[in-house]
Amino acid sequence: MVLSFMEGNEAIGWGALAAGCRFFAGYPITPATTIYNTMLKLLPSRGGICLQGEDEIASIGFCLGASMAGLKVMTATSGPGISLYSEQISFAIGSEIPIVIVDVQRLGPSTGSATKGADGDIQFLRWGSSGGLPVIVLAPVDATDCYLLTVHAFNLAEIHRCPVFIASNKEISMTRETVDLSSIKLPDIVNRRLAADDRPFLPFEVRGDHMAPDFLSIGDKRLVRQTSSTHGPNGYITTDASVIAQNQARLKNKIKLGARGFTFYEEIIQAETDTLVITYGVTARAAITAAKALKKAGMAVSLLILKTLWPVPEDLIRNQAVPFKRIVVIEMNLGQYVREIRRLLPNKTVDFYGQMNGELISPLRIKEVIVHG
Amino acid sequence: MGSLLNQERPPVFCPGCSHERIVQALDDAFQRMGLAGRQIVLVSDIGCSGLFDTFFNTHAMHGLHGRALTYATGIKMARPDLHVIVTMGDGGLGIGGAHVLSTCRRNIDLTLLILNNFNYGMTGGQCSATTPENALVGSGFLNRLEMPMDICQVAGSAGAGYVARLSAYQNDLAEKLALAIGFNGFSLVDIQGLCTGRYTKKNKLTPKMIADNIECLPPVSHFEAENNREEYCSHYQQEGARLSPASPPLSIKAEFVLPETDRQEIVILGSAGQRIVTAGEILCLAGISAGLHTTQKNDYPITVLRGHSISELVLAKEGIDYTGIDIPSVVIALAPEGVAKRLEMLAGLEETTWILAIKGLEIPSTSARITELDFHKYKIKSRDWALAALIYLACKKKVLTLEMLRTAVGLKFSGKVVEQTSNLIDQVSEFL
Repeated sequence: MVLSFMEGNEAIGWGALAAGCRFFAGYPITPATTIYNTMLKLLPSRGGICLQGEDEIASIGFCLGASMAGLKVMTATSGPGISLYSEQISFAIGSEIPIVIVDVQRLGPSTGSATKGADGDIQFLRWGSSGGLPVIVLAPVDATDCYLLTVHAFNLAEIHRCPVFIASNKEISMTRETVDLSSIKLPDIVNRRLAADDRPFLPFEVRGDHMAPDFLSIGDKRLVRQTSSTHGPNGYITTDASVIAQNQARLKNKIKLGARGFTFYEEIIQAETDTLVITYGVTARAAITAAKALKKAGMAVSLLILKTLWPVPEDLIRNQAVPFKRIVVIEMNLGQYVREIRRLLPNKTVDFYGQMNGELISPLRIKEVIVHG
Repeated sequence: MGSLLNQERPPVFCPGCSHERIVQALDDAFQRMGLAGRQIVLVSDIGCSGLFDTFFNTHAMHGLHGRALTYATGIKMARPDLHVIVTMGDGGLGIGGAHVLSTCRRNIDLTLLILNNFNYGMTGGQCSATTPENALVGSGFLNRLEMPMDICQVAGSAGAGYVARLSAYQNDLAEKLALAIGFNGFSLVDIQGLCTGRYTKKNKLTPKMIADNIECLPPVSHFEAENNREEYCSHYQQEGARLSPASPPLSIKAEFVLPETDRQEIVILGSAGQRIVTAGEILCLAGISAGLHTTQKNDYPITVLRGHSISELVLAKEGIDYTGIDIPSVVIALAPEGVAKRLEMLAGLEETTWILAIKGLEIPSTSARITELDFHKYKIKSRDWALAALIYLACKKKVLTLEMLRTAVGLKFSGKVVEQTSNLIDQVSEFL
């Protein structure tokens, strides 16, 4: 066996490189800084660009400009930085600018604890930008996922022309661990679909059964317009209610309907169990340990580990839950994703355990919750 | 080259607004420079200056308030061959102040046109960063409490390569704009004009007054010589070209077989300067050389060089799920700072845990087995204690072997450090 030893943040950097990332900009913030360090090591020496913005708003702004000039871009921060990104995230959503945004979550609220982990931004990532349109959020469990899901994130950003979040956690991003890089099967690398040159280019025209417009880079021979204003296919401001409604519906549907193609998850289903534990992120690792111990003790449970958090994989959750009487949701916050589970499974008993003290939820605690409720 | 004005979308400014003159002058400047629309990117801010991109047949990016320079910087870094021009009002100057200052410091080849009409026109004539203290504006008395800023002097002090203060009414405006666009570096142009829809309704301001005002303000042309330096994009490319690509992640082959196959949890409790994190990494690399999976979590204060330093390591034959420490098999205790941070863990230990403690270090009462390491006696320095403790473990064939340790040190270091480690191994083996 041949193994590498790296922290989740380094794995995200190498994943970005594998996906074709050519531009990174960030502002130093624990626990995301080592992504910036990694990109600084990886990009400029290969002709790519890594910048340190004067703040988070500038960092993501650089990325949006570079993405519109045709490069694959990524930025990385933590909760306080995501807060500052908000206006730019809504720009990327509404104006369909591909970008990968890593949120290495730390204990909040506010500046909170720089070196303590949490999954406290899970609803914030979904709802933390104006307009309320859906976004894609992927949640890694370990460094291997950090590598693989980052490649998927770039592909999704390119296909759907949208921001894609990696919801990491200090406990994954700053923990070093062994990774078997040779065993990771990367998906084919996808690049944004370019507009054919046999017709006039309209920057937001959506052709055929496509859900996202064809792309041309700013600087192309044909002129490209990008705007954060409510726009029609030509990229100019519009007040036409039917054009506006049609575009808003498409922006929603391209993510919601497109979601069927990118539901990442793992399941460990044990025969004749009546409890399904649903979890995600670093907590999934403790849940696996707890489930193994319970199996040994003759009290087996099944596990569903979600790696696509948004859009909510509704069909998956409904279908997987069918045989179970009881659902137990465990997450490293005071109850965020459990809202989605309860919404989807109104006729099931849904128990919840959350913890927000900067410590990992232990397998022992999870066992107690499963056994004693 | 002909005009780049978009005939289908003529300017829509309030009658008498000086922005319209600037649109014409900018088009004139593009023509003087012989530029085609595809060579130009207009990045526009918010407010009336945010309409500029729609009047031209060029590439365009219109985004959030105050952030135009951020998009422009990304575009220019990706495509240094394009002429990137930013239009922004005195409102954008205020809200995006940090970006203006940083762009001056960067000297990136962008042109920033500040359409300075001394108030927020579009939202009702509120005061901006350039509103005179005695003006009557939509912000009540508030502008009387703040000094207006002279952006030209600020920009020059911040390192802008080219600074110009112009009136929207001067005859050579197009010529001056062409100079700014042609400058290879960051150029900032403060173009003072009239907001007829708001500002001049209550404040007397005429082209003549603007010209007189500019005449009275300190000159700014000297900044070009003072701030003369390399342009950011080309400088970046030069620096990048000097770097060699980082080597791929280290791949470590399993070459040893360990008798112990159970999950091993090891905690090293020390203080800053004891190379605790490095020792933790070496232990993990050693484990990997025996085909083990490993995890390493470190805990230290945000400020460095003082306080605790703790490394928590897990080594296991199978993939590691939970990365926390339940029952450590070994605790290496080297400093009171580290011990103080794990009192609860230490109190809960049972006989199965082996504590290696530096001699003289107080360990709270515990059921765990304790071995004292008298590294002082052998004159081993504090910064080597963590590594020496690993050597001790290896000599006792617990968790790792000396061969694994040597391999790990060889993976992590080269040259002198490898030699020093060999000496340390001899030293520790001897006192055993």
